[in-house]
Amino acid sequence: MSRSLKKGPFIDYKLERKVLKINESTKKQVIKTWARASMISPDFVGHTIAVHNGNKFIPVYVTENMVGHKLGEFAPTRQFRGHGGKQR
Amino acid sequence: MARIVGVDLPKNKRGVIGLTYIYGIGKSTAQEILKKAKVDEDTKVKDWTDEQIASLRSVINEQYTLEGELRSMVQMNIKRLMDIASYRGIRHRTGLPVRGQKTQNNARTRKGKRKTVANKKKATK
Repeated sequence: MSRSLKKGPFIDYKLERKVLKINESTKKQVIKTWARASMISPDFVGHTIAVHNGNKFIPVYVTENMVGHKLGEFAPTRQFRGHGGKQR
Repeated sequence: MARIVGVDLPKNKRGVIGLTYIYGIGKSTAQEILKKAKVDEDTKVKDWTDEQIASLRSVINEQYTLEGELRSMVQMNIKRLMDIASYRGIRHRTGLPVRGQKTQNNARTRKGKRKTVANKKKATK
């Protein structure tokens, strides 16, 4: 089921605050975050956000096309190493 | 012969069903179109008058994206997902189900024909 429009998009409050702060100071900086469920708002474009995947932080460079997606979509949590092969 | 957006419609079918032969038109869209063009649903395609065909054409051209245009739109959307390397895009790339279905078994539509692994070793200890 999709999210109620009444609430508006979910954007992690602290993350948004940090992004806006960097926007003001106009210097580049990687932000680490665990907020995988947070929507990417237009303010995030051009930033690199390190999204936690349960193991480590995956740097995600946010482009314009990504607005409206969630951060977690860009930091895969599973790694497929392939089936079978020679005896390991 | 009724030819709409480059598709020949079957002559001996009812209007609603005939329209569904066009890519992008299902039954409900067909009903909608016929209503807007003021054509009766049950009229067979071969019995449409020229004016009716003309009004159908104008309704379809103005309000719907169909056939080639629609196909390319779908492809563009998929390509966008792949380009931004989102989870869904990656699933499209690897040819696995995109919407969170299980893949331990089934999922054959996406995965294609079964690829049997030859000489699978029994568990030996």
